[in-house]
Amino acid sequence: MEVSYYPGCSLEGTAKEYSESLEGVAHLMDINLRELKDWNCCGASSAHALNHRLALSLAARNLAVADKSGLDLVVPCAACFQRLKVAEKKLVAGEKIDGVNGYGGKFKVKHVANFFWEDLGEDRLSAKVKVPLENLQAVCYYGCLTTRPPKVTDAASAENPMSMDSLLTCLGVDVRPWSYKADCCGGSLILTRPDIARDLMVKLLDAAVEAGAECIVAGCPMCLSNLDGRQGEISKATGKEYRIPIFYFTELMGIAYKHPSAKKWLRRHIVDPRPLLSQKGLI
Amino acid sequence: MTAVEVLPNLEPQSSFRQKVESLSGESISACFQCMKCTNGCPLASYMDITPHKLMREIQFGLKDEVLKSRTIWICASCETCSTRCPNGIQIAHVMDTLRQIGYEENIEAAQRSVPLLHKAFLGSIKKRGRVYEGEMILAYTFKNESWAGLFKLVNFGLTMFKKGKVKIIPSGVKAKSDIKQLYKASELKG
Repeated sequence: MEVSYYPGCSLEGTAKEYSESLEGVAHLMDINLRELKDWNCCGASSAHALNHRLALSLAARNLAVADKSGLDLVVPCAACFQRLKVAEKKLVAGEKIDGVNGYGGKFKVKHVANFFWEDLGEDRLSAKVKVPLENLQAVCYYGCLTTRPPKVTDAASAENPMSMDSLLTCLGVDVRPWSYKADCCGGSLILTRPDIARDLMVKLLDAAVEAGAECIVAGCPMCLSNLDGRQGEISKATGKEYRIPIFYFTELMGIAYKHPSAKKWLRRHIVDPRPLLSQKGLI
Repeated sequence: MTAVEVLPNLEPQSSFRQKVESLSGESISACFQCMKCTNGCPLASYMDITPHKLMREIQFGLKDEVLKSRTIWICASCETCSTRCPNGIQIAHVMDTLRQIGYEENIEAAQRSVPLLHKAFLGSIKKRGRVYEGEMILAYTFKNESWAGLFKLVNFGLTMFKKGKVKIIPSGVKAKSDIKQLYKASELKG
């Protein structure tokens, strides 16, 4: 299977383990991720906050590249995914965007969790499992922009997304239901109002524990670097110790499929997830 | 004598509602104050004007109140309001439009750090076509908090570096002229 692939800026830096695990797992599943030629930043939250035209044109430049091959475009970052979808809707509606001349739009833009779940399906996802992740209690955290707003993302259920839950169930994970799977972690405020971002994260971390989870599984680099990287600060600010491992769902796929590099990805986390996994006999 | 509360001197401008509606493409007039946006907003308690009240103020044309509010910069664009609005108003998109007008008209942001971050971020894209995280964070932090801010970053930066999460050599778009053209066409201020 061949798809276009838009990594986005974070996957080259803070979310390196996301790109490593995604590429590793895709290889195991015989998926050829064809990186978009000379892709540029989607503009993220900053472009749409200050300039409407730039927000659309930065995202659309990438769609114009993907349009040439016509292959479905797979996007790992929730924010990139949503910005590309915003531009896609405008182009499909026939709106003129700077830099785009002629748009076929015969491909779909997909967040990678939805891509795995919808295009590979239960049988293929389950068949590869070598180490069932039994006894691992987790909650899935989708964050804001994989699903919202549904007018843009085409999410089937914006309030209760299920793709990661279903996917992890195939790996044997004990996925717990909780009400916070699409709540905001405050990622966009972590540099500007860290006090507020911490309040929002405390709600999520406490709710995950209350739901019986030992770890949180995410599909967004902003959410993960926020939740993984800031637990030390949160512990200091609240006087309560937080050490909850946060995974990319692709890392758990790699562990279940016994990818040889899986342990290397896990070394990059701020809250070390390896003690939990070895205690469960999974690595 | 009892103290009389003096109401602020509000100057309604109906043209403001029309401007926001035409720039955002959203029908703000449709808001009937059900408060679903405010009740679901994770940031409402940190805002000076809650989302449904902000919609009402736009209807009234209270331009200054709206554009000088902390609300428009505290909004995290989580899109919960847009998802739940029974009248289909993409409220988070309206927030974008308000930020854009405020920025364009040089109205001092009540939460100064937010537009500073956006400017640093867009500066990084303008230069390379992609965001170079480390450089962007340093540029923003220095603008926001000067040397004291940079000093506070040291520990976190070192941790990230040790975990191999800091890209040493920035990558960028080869067709830099494409990016330049998009910036030029957008007429982004500053």
